[in-house]
Amino acid sequence: MIEIRIHGRGGQGAVTSAELVAIAAIDDGKYAQAFPSFGPERRGAPVAAFIRVSDKPIRTREKVYVPNVVMVLDPSILKIVNVAAGLKEGGTVIINTSKTPEEMARLLNVKAKIATVDATKIAMESMGVPITNTSMLGALVKATGIVSNDALGKAIDKRFGRIAEKNKTAFNRAMTETIIRES
Amino acid sequence: MAKRVGMEVSIAASEAVKLADVDVIAAYPITPQTHIVEHLSEVVADGELDAAFVPVESEHSAMSCCLGSSAAGARTFTATSSQGLALMHEILFIAPAMRLPIVMVVANRALSGPISIWNDHSDIMAEQDIAWIQTFAENGQEVFDLVLHAFRVAEDSKVLLPVIVNLDGFTLSHVIEPIEILDKAEVDKYLPPYKPKVRLDPRKPVSMGLVGIPEIYTEAKKATDEVLINSKKIVLKAWKEFGDLFGRYYNPVESYKTEGAEVILITMGSISETAMTAIDKMREKGLPVGLVRFRLWKPFPAPEFKKAIAGAQTLAVVDRALSPGGACGPVAEEIKAALYAERGRPKVFNFIAGLGGRDVTVENFEEIVSKAFAYAKKRPKQFYEMIGVREI
Repeated sequence: MIEIRIHGRGGQGAVTSAELVAIAAIDDGKYAQAFPSFGPERRGAPVAAFIRVSDKPIRTREKVYVPNVVMVLDPSILKIVNVAAGLKEGGTVIINTSKTPEEMARLLNVKAKIATVDATKIAMESMGVPITNTSMLGALVKATGIVSNDALGKAIDKRFGRIAEKNKTAFNRAMTETIIRES
Repeated sequence: MAKRVGMEVSIAASEAVKLADVDVIAAYPITPQTHIVEHLSEVVADGELDAAFVPVESEHSAMSCCLGSSAAGARTFTATSSQGLALMHEILFIAPAMRLPIVMVVANRALSGPISIWNDHSDIMAEQDIAWIQTFAENGQEVFDLVLHAFRVAEDSKVLLPVIVNLDGFTLSHVIEPIEILDKAEVDKYLPPYKPKVRLDPRKPVSMGLVGIPEIYTEAKKATDEVLINSKKIVLKAWKEFGDLFGRYYNPVESYKTEGAEVILITMGSISETAMTAIDKMREKGLPVGLVRFRLWKPFPAPEFKKAIAGAQTLAVVDRALSPGGACGPVAEEIKAALYAERGRPKVFNFIAGLGGRDVTVENFEEIVSKAFAYAKKRPKQFYEMIGVREI
């Protein structure tokens, strides 16, 4: 079972991206859960969302305490949230930043596989808004292969309707531009 | 053909209501039930469901409206949580007395105060004596299935009682997970249209909800109690038929790895899945533990429960609500009452966990079980114990 924690700010689509991954994984024939950090979330405030994906039925309702993967939608979160908290040994951190994985490894001081992508730039250029979730999904799929492009594309189509194409452009561009450094 | 999709559990609940082709939905939005009624208002507005959606000004009005529409013969649904359920309180007792087959989903949430929007069972445990049939769901699939089952049971001419389907707020209601959604033809096979025996109709006037003078009140209460107790036969029959049609069989009391168990954990609702993971872990270590959980809560399935725990020396009952100033939590209380007259009854220890959204973890269950083993040797003074309390 793979457990993922997503950090972002309210309005950046952290919860939506968790939902899209779970829906795609289930469409791939796997088992999955996606859920928000339950509470009165506000636009701009730090938020978290969680995903579990497994080949077997998932029998737990615990929160995610020891994630295999942490994904950060907003680089400014790093100053206020310990995003690497509980990260499993040999885990993966995926960050929206213009910095390199090497720089991020030093900054975060973690022994982990690190993937970086400038998702804010990609989102601004593809969609004209700094909503980074679909770009970051490109980085997630590139770094982990957790769901098929096909299933995720379908989930994006269903969720975004007429703006699905722009989101898929951002997703594909992030797939290409994500840089990965093994731990 | 049924379709397996990734879907939020709240939406699955509303999809079941839509497939049941309800006539009237009267509801007031309250966290964490909101998505259920929001989705229903959308499907009504979009013309996907031919029903009246009554946006009432309070839950008191929601339940009052449900009484009226159900009395008129309409298939009627509502949903609520916590303070909303509490606000319905005085109307809730009237539905079974009038034999109205209303179906309600309660997304369980703590009662204030302090103010909490998060999950526990204090809302529903404050409504133990309302004479509604009550079931508890463990996962999204069960929510979908139990909603259809609820209509089927409620409207059976031998029952005609309202039904509550309980699902844990947030920890279940807001989770996306795989759910097999039945199609309309499949649902129609299971759930025939509602044909009320009597209904409010100006062409054929009847009186309903009359005053119960002292000469009749006691008999009326006994009649309601009897029909609730006897409804279990139909609850079981409706589950059997659901299983025969769709392959998913449900029981009023479910057992997991209870064979040879010295200590049995007792749970209700979505923490049962986490509990199963904990049981697996403890069994691997060689601990003789098992799990029994209630799917049917009212009428209380005492014979099935006694059979499920037979052989265990100790029960560790997990309550998700506190009964302040009382002997123990509400689930433990019911269990103790049921076992009192039994020869060689097991020791019962009660643990209160997961109040107001506090996570209930595998570790918590391990702690509970290890305490139950220890207490079995030497009975502790307290009647119940709260788990995970932070103390200085």
